[in-house]
Amino acid sequence: MSFNAANIPILWSLAGLYVLLAIASTIAFLLKRANPDKNYSELVQRIHSWWVMITVFSLAMLLSKTVSLIFFGLISFLALKEYFSIIPTRYADRRVLFWAYLAIPIQYYWVSIGWYGIFIIFIPVYIFLFLPMRMVIIGETKNFLHAVGTLHWGLMTMVFSISHLAYLLMLPEIEGFNAGGAGLVLFLIFLTQFNDVAQYTWGKLFGKHKIIPKVSPNKTWQGFLGGVFTTTLLAVLLSGFLTPLSLPMSIVAGLIISVAGFVGDITISALKRDIGVKDTGSLLPGHGGVLDRVDSLTYTAPLFFHFIYYYYF
Amino acid sequence: MNALNKILRFLFYAIIVRIVVMIVLGLNVRHSEKLPTKGPAIIVANHNSHLDTMVLMSLLPLRLLPDIQPVAAMDYFLRNPLLAWFALKIIGILPLKRKPDYRGEDILSPVYNALQDERILIFFPEGSRGQPEKLSSFKSGLAKIAQQHPDIPVVPIMLHGLGKSLPKGEALLVPFFCDVFVGDAFKWTGSRTSFMKQLEQRMASLSEEGQFPPWE
Repeated sequence: MSFNAANIPILWSLAGLYVLLAIASTIAFLLKRANPDKNYSELVQRIHSWWVMITVFSLAMLLSKTVSLIFFGLISFLALKEYFSIIPTRYADRRVLFWAYLAIPIQYYWVSIGWYGIFIIFIPVYIFLFLPMRMVIIGETKNFLHAVGTLHWGLMTMVFSISHLAYLLMLPEIEGFNAGGAGLVLFLIFLTQFNDVAQYTWGKLFGKHKIIPKVSPNKTWQGFLGGVFTTTLLAVLLSGFLTPLSLPMSIVAGLIISVAGFVGDITISALKRDIGVKDTGSLLPGHGGVLDRVDSLTYTAPLFFHFIYYYYF
Repeated sequence: MNALNKILRFLFYAIIVRIVVMIVLGLNVRHSEKLPTKGPAIIVANHNSHLDTMVLMSLLPLRLLPDIQPVAAMDYFLRNPLLAWFALKIIGILPLKRKPDYRGEDILSPVYNALQDERILIFFPEGSRGQPEKLSSFKSGLAKIAQQHPDIPVVPIMLHGLGKSLPKGEALLVPFFCDVFVGDAFKWTGSRTSFMKQLEQRMASLSEEGQFPPWE
């Protein structure tokens, strides 16, 4: 497939994102002026980080396919590094961790040559078998099970799952569908991030009944259901523009993204709660680390990918 | 330093060091507004890795690069000509002797001169790199310097994670985020004991600001 991400639907969508950002910045500005005593610095920081993230993302999508793949590889690297930096690791495993990092360029290389068969088994089969072997050769048995478990969970979540975003760009062209793989990426990432914001907003406005108090005490049923509703509605509205999905299929896609996004979010919350950190890093002011931003994508990316792959490719 | 040398040092820090520090490692800096903006100043940090110096040098803007010098042991870094060239000309260390050669020699006099030239000096008062991710006790040479220059700000900085990325005795760099905590600047306190106590307290409270998993 010849790469032409700079097509009309993509350009319109990115322009739409900037309109949304401008609206968000205006609202923040008006709020600040209306209540000068209140502290809006976190909201302002958050919106500012969105400007930066969306600009980097737009450039990554528009420049070339190679740049897009490197961009997603870099996100996997940052997320995996944040994960390895907050979990307990063993001194003996330094070399094993190094191999785990090496899995990233190799996995994205499989994506770049469009070899689906190895892309889908490299980490779940080969890396899964290789890392414990490397550990055993080093010979440290204390906390062996903990180390293999945490390492592989990290690779599956931060590398295998996220690389599905990149593979969307490699899917073959479909007749009469203009937006291409980039359209699918934009659809998935936009809806996943929108769903986070929507669940938060619905929860703030109408939140009453806690949905999962042990993991995430601020999440409510009202926020969750409101998010599912608005995200699915938006999926229906955008799918004709960015995806080959039919109307019923776009409803299913919206449900998958909103429910899976919620699960991805609380999974990373559980990880943070277990370790005892508030944020996974401080790379994105107002948001936390990269892992705090891609948490929902670790679930939505593989699930949306396999849904669309099964029915359309 | 001649012009070519200055260019080489600039390229080393502006390109190689920043790629390693910003991309391979990645920094989480807390309170970067407390960093010194001009010399003379003293930066004091814990020492777990050769990467410590690289990270500290990257915290300050490149325009200050000609003024920054890490203070390091002469016997270790000047032990062969190649390393000496790299340490003196590229890293730009201020070499110190561990012991005076003759009675009455003040081994700290290069430090006094550098501070008079408005340099920003980086000190690792723990001496050599200790156990990975552990804080050893501080040596008191720093107190003498502060006593000689009571008006110069001393900025304590705590580094986390570099002892995991590149601990002593390892050649393989494994990426981990480096967490940097910059503390409030303080000055000479009136006595060497109270100064060292002040420093230890400030470093201890900085190290409590973050919570990090140690090596298992």
